[in-house]
Amino acid sequence: MNIKILGPGCANCKNLERATREAVAELGLDAAIEKVEDYATIASYGVMSTPALVVDEEVVLYGRVPKAAEIRDLLSPATA
Amino acid sequence: MSLLDRLLETRRGRGLTLVTATAVWFGVYFLNEHLWDWVLYDGFGMDPEARLTGTIHFFFYDSIKIALLLVIIIFVVTYLRSYMSVERTRALLGGKREGVGNVMAAGLGVVTPFCSCSAVPAFIGFVSAGVPIGVTLSFLVASPMVNEIAIGMLLTLFGVKITAIYVGAGLIIAILAGWILGRMGVQKWVEPFVFETKLRCKPVDPSRALTFDDRVTMGIEEVGTVLRKIWPYLLVGIGLGALIHGWVPTEFFTTYAGAGSTFGVLIAIGIGIPLYSNAAGVMPLVQVLFEKGLPMGTLLAFMMAVVALSLPEMILLRRVLKPQLLAAYVAVVGTGIVIVGYLFNFLLA
Repeated sequence: MNIKILGPGCANCKNLERATREAVAELGLDAAIEKVEDYATIASYGVMSTPALVVDEEVVLYGRVPKAAEIRDLLSPATA
Repeated sequence: MSLLDRLLETRRGRGLTLVTATAVWFGVYFLNEHLWDWVLYDGFGMDPEARLTGTIHFFFYDSIKIALLLVIIIFVVTYLRSYMSVERTRALLGGKREGVGNVMAAGLGVVTPFCSCSAVPAFIGFVSAGVPIGVTLSFLVASPMVNEIAIGMLLTLFGVKITAIYVGAGLIIAILAGWILGRMGVQKWVEPFVFETKLRCKPVDPSRALTFDDRVTMGIEEVGTVLRKIWPYLLVGIGLGALIHGWVPTEFFTTYAGAGSTFGVLIAIGIGIPLYSNAAGVMPLVQVLFEKGLPMGTLLAFMMAVVALSLPEMILLRRVLKPQLLAAYVAVVGTGIVIVGYLFNFLLA
């Protein structure tokens, strides 16, 4: 599973990255987490409000930092 | 788990918390002035007429008042804005011609939740979806210039008329600035990579399925986030306001920057541009300067210069705009602000 955090490096992007890493560790997922800071790449996902979370090339969340439980929910279906 | 967390677990607990919070808010708001009267005059035996007392009283009273107002304003604004998103705005603007597009973009710029840190992805996203550059620029000018928090503060501190002037003037500047820049054929001054950006997957769904509880939670969190971010600016602004309130004689401003003053507006803008603060931070200052007799046109120009033309945002936009376009942007918006300043000094005099 491939997870990308889109964000130019603002405080919320860092929060999202931390929360995602925690969720991945808790769920025991085998996932590669990548940070995308390049504006052109971020925009190419159609995202305009950062930060955004991309799972297997699909934008699942953007524009806010969700609670840890919500990230776990978003990542869990992929394990099933 | 803290008591608050447990209360927020259930619907009834949340309602109870909201009611209690509202009651506390009103209590503190109405006791605020009396509290500081009592502490300073009775507690410390300070002379109510002395300048130092006035300054200290203003600082504490205003800090609490502005903080309380901000809590309500940020909460309401975030709740309402949760119905909009930059993605939805882009969908609305797609395929719009210049002219109509500029008007819509400026209006949407006011209501769309937008942080200047997203200015670059938003610019690329708009342009790659076929929104004309001028229309995109109208959005980018209106978004910081007509700030909802400023609207809320102006409404409570100055009333409907001044607020309407601020919103109207800001919208007109954004519409015209975007339209003029679009007419200038500025395509060639946009970094080429913007046009090469292709959407690799379907655009994200703009309708974020949020529940009422989600929106309320977002509102509460935003209050915390914004207050944590802006409190230093706020305290500096209130501190300056308190000093001016206590020590600067009214004649000083009316003599050097009154409504008839030739350079008052230009000086205000010159001071406003490098001031990297935010709408909430300059409001206490604007309030005091108004009491001291500074005309409203000059103050509006000052406020707009602080929020609409900031160096950090220019540095961000430099990623997508070439220096020529950036210079034109600052020149057009700056000219608009100067005109607003002089016009309203004249009209409101």
